[in-house]
Amino acid sequence: MADIADSPLANQANKSLEHENIETGEPKMRARDVDVYYGQKKAIDSVDIDVYTEFVTAFIGPSGCGKSTFLRALNRMNDTIPSARVTGTIELDGEDIYASGMDVVQLRARVGMVFQKPNPFPKSIYDNIAYGPKIHGLAETKPDLDNIVEKSLRRAGLWEEVKDRLADSGTALSGGQQQRLCIARAIAVDPEVILMDEPCSALDPIATAKIEELIDELRGRYGIVIVTHSMQQAARVSQRTAFFHLGNLVEYGHTSDIFTNPVEKRTQDYITGRYG
Amino acid sequence: MSASTLILLVLGLGLAGWLVARSRAAMFRRANGGKRIASLPNYHAWYAALWIVVPTLLFALVWSQIADNLVIQHVLASPAAADLPAFGMQRQTMLTEARAVATGAAPAVFNPAAADLVEPFEEALTRYNIIGMVVTLLIALAGGAWAFLHLKPDFRAHTRVERAVLSLLLIASLVAILTTLGIVASLVFETVRFFGMVNPIDFLTGVNWSPNPMTDGSNPDPERYGAVPLFWGTFFIGVVIAMIVAIPMGMMSAIYLNQYAAPRVRTWLKPALEILAGVPTVVYGYFAALTIAPAIRDIALALGVQNPSSESALAAGLVMGVMIIPFVSSMADDSIAAVPQAMKDGSLAMGATQNETIKRVLVPAALPGIVAGIMLAISRAIGETMIVVMAASATARLSANPLEAMTTVTYQIVANLTGEASMDSASTLAAFALGFVLFLVTLVLNIIALRIVKRFREAYE
Amino acid sequence: MSNVATSGSEKVRPTRTAAFEARLKKRYAAERRFKAVGLGAIVFSIAVLVFLLVTMALNGLGGFQRTELRVPVDFANAPVTIPANAEDERAVVQSLERQGMRDIIIFSAEQALGEEGATHVNSEAWRLVAQEIAADPSLARGQQEFWLPTDEDLASAYAGDGSADLQPLARRLAEEGHLSDNFDSGFLSRSDATDPQLVGIWGALKGSILTMIVTLLLAFPIGVLAALYLEEYAPKNRWTDLIEVSINNLAAVPSIIFGLLGLAVFLWIFPSYRSAPLIGGMTLALMTMPVIVIAGRNAIKAVPPSIRDGALAIGASPVQVVFHHVLPLALPGILTGTIIGMARALGETAPLLLIGMRAFVSSPPDGFTDNATVLPMQIFLWSDEIDRGFVERTSAAIIVLLIFLLLMNGLAIYLRNRFEKKW
Ligand SMILES: Nc1ncnc2c1ncn2[C@@H]1O[C@H](COP(=O)(O)OP(=O)(O)OP(=O)(O)O)[C@@H](O)[C@H]1O
Ligand SMILES: [Mg+2]
Repeated sequence: MADIADSPLANQANKSLEHENIETGEPKMRARDVDVYYGQKKAIDSVDIDVYTEFVTAFIGPSGCGKSTFLRALNRMNDTIPSARVTGTIELDGEDIYASGMDVVQLRARVGMVFQKPNPFPKSIYDNIAYGPKIHGLAETKPDLDNIVEKSLRRAGLWEEVKDRLADSGTALSGGQQQRLCIARAIAVDPEVILMDEPCSALDPIATAKIEELIDELRGRYGIVIVTHSMQQAARVSQRTAFFHLGNLVEYGHTSDIFTNPVEKRTQDYITGRYG
Repeated sequence: MSASTLILLVLGLGLAGWLVARSRAAMFRRANGGKRIASLPNYHAWYAALWIVVPTLLFALVWSQIADNLVIQHVLASPAAADLPAFGMQRQTMLTEARAVATGAAPAVFNPAAADLVEPFEEALTRYNIIGMVVTLLIALAGGAWAFLHLKPDFRAHTRVERAVLSLLLIASLVAILTTLGIVASLVFETVRFFGMVNPIDFLTGVNWSPNPMTDGSNPDPERYGAVPLFWGTFFIGVVIAMIVAIPMGMMSAIYLNQYAAPRVRTWLKPALEILAGVPTVVYGYFAALTIAPAIRDIALALGVQNPSSESALAAGLVMGVMIIPFVSSMADDSIAAVPQAMKDGSLAMGATQNETIKRVLVPAALPGIVAGIMLAISRAIGETMIVVMAASATARLSANPLEAMTTVTYQIVANLTGEASMDSASTLAAFALGFVLFLVTLVLNIIALRIVKRFREAYE
Repeated sequence: MSNVATSGSEKVRPTRTAAFEARLKKRYAAERRFKAVGLGAIVFSIAVLVFLLVTMALNGLGGFQRTELRVPVDFANAPVTIPANAEDERAVVQSLERQGMRDIIIFSAEQALGEEGATHVNSEAWRLVAQEIAADPSLARGQQEFWLPTDEDLASAYAGDGSADLQPLARRLAEEGHLSDNFDSGFLSRSDATDPQLVGIWGALKGSILTMIVTLLLAFPIGVLAALYLEEYAPKNRWTDLIEVSINNLAAVPSIIFGLLGLAVFLWIFPSYRSAPLIGGMTLALMTMPVIVIAGRNAIKAVPPSIRDGALAIGASPVQVVFHHVLPLALPGILTGTIIGMARALGETAPLLLIGMRAFVSSPPDGFTDNATVLPMQIFLWSDEIDRGFVERTSAAIIVLLIFLLLMNGLAIYLRNRFEKKW
């Protein structure tokens, strides 16, 4: 696993994957004809999308178009909103995640999430990372747990910064560190997909660069979906981009195509800054 | 002249001043050709009215205090008073009776000797009534005149009136400080007197509490004033037993209401808990004494306990705990509700179950608020009086057996202040010393708790 | 590159193992248990409340009744005259007493109930008859039937306890239709007495009403003005902090401390008004005022600044803004807080115990300075009586008190819902 540390930069990765066909291989997650309602209001209208482990998928679109709503449908975080309702099918490895046999707890352990605002628990750094493994019983012994914590922090690129103060409160870190802590927390349970909702919007450019680097390193091991408002960021980190508008999926394809040669006029207008 | 007629008179004068000043201001306006004057006529009116009412009311307040004494002095100076007994109940009743007849509150005196006093009373009452009335009128006139002389077209009456209103608001808020000062002063004053009779060390460390209001007088045996058993009883009933009931029940109720109950269920259950909080303590006390205490005694007997008390600490503590449940529950509810949703989402998104999220994230995050709530609950429990007065016992005992009778600080305050002892006896003053200890302990708990709550709120704002 | 992508997905993820799923079952069981405990806690609290209310209601319903004997009185045989010039009830009763009312009743009771039965007519029964006659003189003509209270012994015998000797008599009288439990409307109009058959709560209720009037008149204006000052005008300085700390602390100080204050200060200034509603009301006002201040501040805080700005912009002075715009909008919130504070004061006993409002008051107080007691105090005093009759009367008084509190709290909730505004 060590070789991912010196993986190529994002744009080079783009190039190497550019000509792969989007339909090759089995998608990790497959959404078909998904509608999401808040009460009577339809926030997502008939969306079809595939998420692959090999690529980072970016969701872009103007504010209020339903990116977060759709993202939360992917690990059933919408269940926590009483008025929200999802129809259509979303599959993870071919299993319908809204089927009655699907277990939400297990689903969320398999599909992790990182939020827009870093939300570390008011606990020590160590306990923040150990939280998932502990509740899911992933570590038998204390050394096992220590091991998971160290590995997760290393993967999130935070280990060097915090290894001497693991007992400090997670909330005492800087914003960028907190966000990486949240990513480390998510990967500590070794999920299959990680959903990120504008993970860099509260961060400065340096912290943002670190997270983008991290996303690139995690690609391949985890399916990654990232919501972003920054076109540049989408271009830098993702290989597939989905453009949402007013609850519709307008266009979905290779990131390079979307940005250089969009099919739809609305996509064109958005990426050239005509609205949004 | 009664207080109410005096007040009516003052208000009437004020109204007159109000009307006169208002028409005068309106006149300025007309003289000014209908143009605006510096302040609206109403402000001129209020300015004059305040100048009349405030000084006269102040005078009336003072007068009502001293007039009584002046009347009594006059009566005592009269020859009829020579036959009065020098002191004691008799003298007091005779004076009261004669006064009642003189003011027309009673048709005739019972005690014929008091009849002679009626006339001097009438005389004195009329004389001082007239004096009071005249001075009131003079003050009202002076105030009114002073105000009237100030009224000019360019007089800014409204700034004056607004300043008066602001001072009124300030005075109202100072009442809180005055009350606190009054509490501290009266408790300290009596406590110091008590510590003049009983050494504070004996009081705070002695283990034998058996004051005797009849014989202790002002020279008590300090050995009988050891308050440790009372502190222990208060702690055992109010902190140990009551909290064993209230904390888990209150916490779990709050968690259920806040995290599990459907909104519709919540709208019904919450008011039900509020009703539990609104039941007067005397009702809880009656319930404890009539229903719970005998039941506990019977159960203890059935379990083979020898001589269980029918005033057991357990009965009082359990009922007190039930009384505190809604209090703990509402504080915990508020604190848990104040934890940001993001925190909860973070945990749920990791695949934590609801109860794992609650136990490992929400409750720890809400802990400061919950701890503060428990401190306030303890402060309320140790100050609770009626339940212990009705269900606990008078016997001071140092014991950890909840089936035994125990007494508390509040019980002893009531017992020592409602007995026959005079205001100066050691047992009465001891009640104030106990009250002082109670006040200090609850004060510290309250201040710490309120500070924690404040910081907690700021942290999540 | 590609080995990274495959090696991760080939290994079985820890969240897909059988151990994980086995553990998941246990976690769900824990979840169900936890939820059940939560529900249990609520159910426990509600159950205690219901148990308490039901106990009081079952006991208390008997308290609204009293055991009475049916006694026909023939005034044709024992004529009485009602003095024509009598000014009030008392004079009529006195006159009837002089005319031998007591003997008339005893005689009639002996006729109807037999010697033994007649001894158990309440010794004050004649007075009740006299009072009825004073209210309606036509009763004093011809044959009339009265339901007269029994004495305590017969009442408890009829209830099935008390001395066994009397129970046959009670059974006999009941079978003859002379003895039964009747609704006692007088319970709501009489005052305290030593005999549970003759007590009523009007005296205590009136005392409560008078006391609450004093409390309201003092606490409401002071509380509202203080809230206005703190929320609208107070500068940020040490004094203001001190006022705030005082108020917050006073709201949490045990009520008995206010009793000590009342005893040491108010009774020292007005020694002759011991057990008067005036002093009780002043003491409770100090206790209620902080509640009103805190509720008032929250209500004032909820008035949006835009309303103040709007008024200031058209040239209103700060005082006008507050009294014309802010206060009316905050009033429903303030009233809700006031009612809740008043409800608390109405149920309060401990401080009044210390300032001596525990007098035995056999006639309702007429003014703010008369001797009086209050409803919760009456409950406390009766609860100390050993007599079985008082147990029921106490519960009945508790029911009355709870009804008042329920009405007040209901009104507060209604106000809160009715006027709750989202700005
Ligand atoms: N809890 C909710 N209840 C009702 N409506 C909601 C809720 N959350 C979001 N919405 C609505 O659903 C629509 C989509 O919202 P969503 O948060 O998914 O937008 P978004 O694309 O993530 O926007 P942004 O870029 O600002 O985060 C919006 O119109 C929003 O008002
Ligand atoms: Mg969003």
